[in-house]
Amino acid sequence: MISSFKTLQKNLKKDTGSLPRIKVALVGDTATQFLAIALKGMGVEKGCIIDLFEAEYNQVESQLLNNTSELYAFAADYIVVLQSSHKLMSLFNNMPAEQQRRLADERIELIKNICATHTRLICCNYPEIDDTVFGSYSNKVKSSFTYQIRKLNLSLMELSMKIPNLFICDIAALQNKLGRDLMFHPAVYIGTEMVLSLDAVPYVASRIMDIICALQGKFKKCLILDLDNTLWGGVIGDDGYEKIELGHELGIGKAFTEFQQWALKLKNRGIILAVCSKNDQDAAKEPFEKHPEMVLRLNDIAVFIANWDNKADNIRRIQSILNIGFDSMVFLDDNPFERNLVRENIPEITVPELPEDPACYLEYLYGLNLFETASFSSTDADRTKQYQIESLRVTTKMTFTNEDDFLKSLQMKSEVKPFNSFNIPRVSQLSQRSNQFNLRTVRYTEAEIGRLAKDHHFQCFSFTLSDKFGDNGLICAIILEKKDTESVFIDTWFMSCRVLKRGMEHFTLNTIADYAIQNKFRYIIGEYIPTTKNSLVEDHYLKLGFTPVDNTSRHLFRLELEHYEKKICHIMAV
Amino acid sequence: METYEIFNQLNEIFRDIFDKEYLLLTPHTTAIDIEGWDSLNHIQLIVEIEKKFKIKFSSKEIFSWKNVGDMVQSIQTKVSS
Repeated sequence: MISSFKTLQKNLKKDTGSLPRIKVALVGDTATQFLAIALKGMGVEKGCIIDLFEAEYNQVESQLLNNTSELYAFAADYIVVLQSSHKLMSLFNNMPAEQQRRLADERIELIKNICATHTRLICCNYPEIDDTVFGSYSNKVKSSFTYQIRKLNLSLMELSMKIPNLFICDIAALQNKLGRDLMFHPAVYIGTEMVLSLDAVPYVASRIMDIICALQGKFKKCLILDLDNTLWGGVIGDDGYEKIELGHELGIGKAFTEFQQWALKLKNRGIILAVCSKNDQDAAKEPFEKHPEMVLRLNDIAVFIANWDNKADNIRRIQSILNIGFDSMVFLDDNPFERNLVRENIPEITVPELPEDPACYLEYLYGLNLFETASFSSTDADRTKQYQIESLRVTTKMTFTNEDDFLKSLQMKSEVKPFNSFNIPRVSQLSQRSNQFNLRTVRYTEAEIGRLAKDHHFQCFSFTLSDKFGDNGLICAIILEKKDTESVFIDTWFMSCRVLKRGMEHFTLNTIADYAIQNKFRYIIGEYIPTTKNSLVEDHYLKLGFTPVDNTSRHLFRLELEHYEKKICHIMAV
Repeated sequence: METYEIFNQLNEIFRDIFDKEYLLLTPHTTAIDIEGWDSLNHIQLIVEIEKKFKIKFSSKEIFSWKNVGDMVQSIQTKVSS
């Protein structure tokens, strides 16, 4: 058994007169006072006196890289460096997205510089924290924190092989060991072949199902946030924006700052953020505009609703603007009453039972792994902006009485391209995400899309759509299968619901027909496979002039091309 | 803890795991007597017993019991120590 902290503390009072002395300097980026006591106490147990130099809090760089520092003057036999995973994450959170993928490289550079000027350096590695911004998908994303922290730990190992005086104190392994005591039951393992304890098995199953569900298109797209005591401490209406708890100076403000950083990471990976708060709109927006410690700003929020209506109604309003399913939304609120009200009125929405103490919000949310994903592309970060532009379009539309005039005024342009290495990630992502405007809901991974693009039995098109308000990016994809010499089958037709009612369906069909006619096909065959979510396109092919195919249990439709007339639309091909 | 108390609590665990409301244990009950008592359920039993009595069995103990009486004895030694 390892001695308790108290025992180690008592060791310091023992008479240690004749024991040999070792000079150790301890430098950390977090509070190290307890570790210092334990280290000295442990020294006594091992038969030596630790002559300890403790650097002031958070002086890793200034003490170690400056050869006039107190630490240099102390001339330690050993230097122990404890840089925490939490500080590493905070560094990561504050970096611009393109720098995040270089976190491990930058940190290892620092250690290298420290090693160059010191003897016998004991550097602690980083116990992992999975922020679950990507779920298990973080393994496939270099800019994820999980990837960076693992890379950093591996780089430390490699660096220590090159530098004989660098030693790694493996506290990552220590965290693993403490976790393994829960996940592994040795007595059961010896008699059976079971490596996962009965207590661990449900968690593992849940993580596997998270991946499967995400690949099946069931994942979260939107995070709806309450404000008072969820995003900051205190009540904005009572306290005023100067007095809410936020940031590192005031009360438990750090908890809220880190929580906001987490929300911002989610936003940057494509989760839409919305606000739903019982407040006056102006008061609620004030911290976003004026508080220097706010991490989230108004342009991070796609839909901002603050009023005194019931929250379930407000969430319905958010849903109607974003046009996504309730089951893809998560609602976070510190107030159990509001949580229950929303749960009872909108059962599909996920409403986590936030712990009472805001300090525990993040660890609790990490445990739920709510945001598992099946894809990630660089355009994800712009999603919030696109929804903001969409609400601008909605406002403009109100000023036109004639739909046609409105569509003309948009000056829409679409770029049609075959699948290529640039658009394949986005096509596959849209294939995972589209539920409502998706005729057959066949989900394709990036690898499968890549194969289809090269297969001569298939013809693929991707479509972008931009207008005078902004660029929607890639919003529609078509996969045509050449069934025989006469007919092409529409294997896949999905479209982002952001561009509904713009005439994009007509533009797409014109493109398909052009291709089919040029290649001497006579028919286009379409199919509708019903799911619980795609009733929107039930009559899609009928509306486009297809006729139902009889004598089949499938919902097949056929379009003759001999007398095809181009559909009217106000989108220009570019 | 008295033997009969251990018996009662053990009986509860068995009823729960084998989903048999009226299951009754005796010291001579063996795996043959209870439908579904296979090696998989056995692991589940051990984990439940360990939790309920806040004890840990060694791998030898787990595979040395011949009947419920052995289990009770094993539990009793651990609980009283």
